[in-house]
Amino acid sequence: MNKIHQGKTFRERAREALKDDFMRQAVRKAVDTLETRKEEATDALGNWDQWREQGKRIREHAVENLDYYLSQLAANVRNNGGTVYFAPEAKDARQIILEIIKKHGGKHIVKSKSMVTEEIHLNKALIKEGLDVVETDLAEYILQLADEPPSHIVVPSIHKSRDQIAELFSNVAREKIPNDTPSLTAFSRKVLREKFLQADIGITGCNFAIADTGAISLVTNEGNARLTNSLPKVHIAVMGMERLVPSFADLEVLLTLLPRSATGQKLTSYISITNGPKKPEDLDGPDYFYLVILDNGRSRILADTEFRQSLHCIRCGACFNVCPVYRQVGGHSYGSVYGGPIGSVISAFLTNDMERYGGLAYASTLCAACSTVCAVKIPLHDLLLKLRHRYVTHKYTPAAERTVFKLWRTTFQNPKTYRLAIKMAQKAQSPLVNNGYIIKGPPPLSAWTNSRYFPKAAEKTFREQWQQQHH
Amino acid sequence: MKASIFITCICDNFYPQVGNAMVNILEKCGVECDFPTEQVCCGQPALNTGYWDDTREVAKTLLRAFKDSEHVVAPSGSCITAIKEYYPIIFEHDPEYLLLARELVSKAYEFTQFMHQVVKITDLGARFPYKVTYHASCHATRLLGVSPYVHQLLSNIKDIELIPLTHAENCCGFGGTFSVKQPEVSEAMVDEKVFHIKETGADVVTAVDMGCLMNIEGRLKKEGSKIRALHITQLLDEGMRL
Repeated sequence: MNKIHQGKTFRERAREALKDDFMRQAVRKAVDTLETRKEEATDALGNWDQWREQGKRIREHAVENLDYYLSQLAANVRNNGGTVYFAPEAKDARQIILEIIKKHGGKHIVKSKSMVTEEIHLNKALIKEGLDVVETDLAEYILQLADEPPSHIVVPSIHKSRDQIAELFSNVAREKIPNDTPSLTAFSRKVLREKFLQADIGITGCNFAIADTGAISLVTNEGNARLTNSLPKVHIAVMGMERLVPSFADLEVLLTLLPRSATGQKLTSYISITNGPKKPEDLDGPDYFYLVILDNGRSRILADTEFRQSLHCIRCGACFNVCPVYRQVGGHSYGSVYGGPIGSVISAFLTNDMERYGGLAYASTLCAACSTVCAVKIPLHDLLLKLRHRYVTHKYTPAAERTVFKLWRTTFQNPKTYRLAIKMAQKAQSPLVNNGYIIKGPPPLSAWTNSRYFPKAAEKTFREQWQQQHH
Repeated sequence: MKASIFITCICDNFYPQVGNAMVNILEKCGVECDFPTEQVCCGQPALNTGYWDDTREVAKTLLRAFKDSEHVVAPSGSCITAIKEYYPIIFEHDPEYLLLARELVSKAYEFTQFMHQVVKITDLGARFPYKVTYHASCHATRLLGVSPYVHQLLSNIKDIELIPLTHAENCCGFGGTFSVKQPEVSEAMVDEKVFHIKETGADVVTAVDMGCLMNIEGRLKKEGSKIRALHITQLLDEGMRL
């Protein structure tokens, strides 16, 4: 795991992120642009809400009947001449992929478009085996050079500046690469083109697999996926086991929702749909095709009726773009491969570590912007609230906090004790009040007063005023 | 027409003037108001922090308090949302209180919602000759859908100059216990909110929830700003006297 992921709480990482003015400005500017473009693209479509509703139904149907569609998919991939593996855990997936590479004597690996290989920390495992691995998506390539995980599931290097990128590229080139866009893209194109030509193994993710034909779809803007899955003689696609649709008709709906929600594009520049290895009559394509279907905690989510709908996610990242918390602190603060609202929901399940990742449920104000924007209508804020409830039920919240709420309950469940407590608070506050406000409070009030004044309690509560007027 | 006032604990203890303003408006519109004194809190602080067992006991007090009310009106979108969205869930396994919860869900209203859906008066003959900007509180906007009601109430005021707020629908960073559990992120959020409010050049920032306004006002005051933070009931009530 990357150093950013280790050992700290969301609050600690967020506190550090808040000091990074450049990152914060870059993230805010980027999400504003994405959001504006998204609104234009969805407004232009007209009946956006109905598309979302249809997308929701498709995802719900696929997830509810996952066993059926997975076996249909596997059968069709095999019919097309491909090989299918089911990987229960991340380590199984890494092992399977390594064995495939070894079997084919692979040395040079190009990769494209895969959050799921981030999830299983594949690169590190391959590099440890002495293999040459290169990310071919420009943003992922930048992050690989910087040794950082993605900070967004769609625009992974959203937090990086052109200067930072130029510096990373200059290190590779051993000469100064100017920080303008044409120079940066020209450099990466030159490096990556050589890598494509040299590669013997191509590893991609999978946006959606199509069960009734056994095809794999990939959407990209750089065309790197189609080079990755057709130039090397071996193509390995890795997919989360929920990432499938029954048919092409369903794919059409999701491909209407995905790019519009993600980047405000009607379509991405490239949509690659491949159907297994090269056939005798084909001019190009890989000689071998492998599909690795990863569980890694997804069964846990599937078995959990309350959280099952989080598997509907199509990874458009729209919830990141509208989240006011993500907006301030960026994706690395979440300390999980998947950040933002959806990451806060699923990370505890995928890692099976409720104690460490369940706390991400509190990295939200429950403002519901995420639910409102979700391409397939996952009620993310509800799931975050339910996750908090579960976190509390497991007693992972601090003991002091549990005591506070016990006290609160004893006091607030009875109108008499409530009134008494208010009377006491009114008296206790007086040494702190200055011009009608508490300007500097003792802990835990200081958490508030460090950045805001706190109102003083009224001389007479509404309740007292009402009773005086009406009796 | 009768309405029971649900004051909410923030307004009861810190902003009784908001409750008074709401009662003034309702009475002028011919609504007969009462105040069931057994009411305490909707339980939202515990609910939103995940302490549902504690929430239930406090919520039961509220359910009993409004058992016989015809309508229940609160100057808060988020407290009403807590009732409407989550009471049926937290009382799922308690048939007696589930029944009471469902009854309360069907008769509880946020103030602007009540004015639009029940009182059906959106022009209060108010005059408010100031520049005003509106912060769209999250729960009231997204979960109760009050934006059109607020817009109608505000645009019927004479001499008011409404100035749109950039990112009006972005959360102000209050989020109940979020502001204490994640104070640094909360500060960054209210900082951006207040930046945009100041940018409008408005004299007054208004909203339908005192949680948000307490947060925003607290930051404005800390920065020495003269911008007033007024609940929509205060703004309307003041305008009806001018």
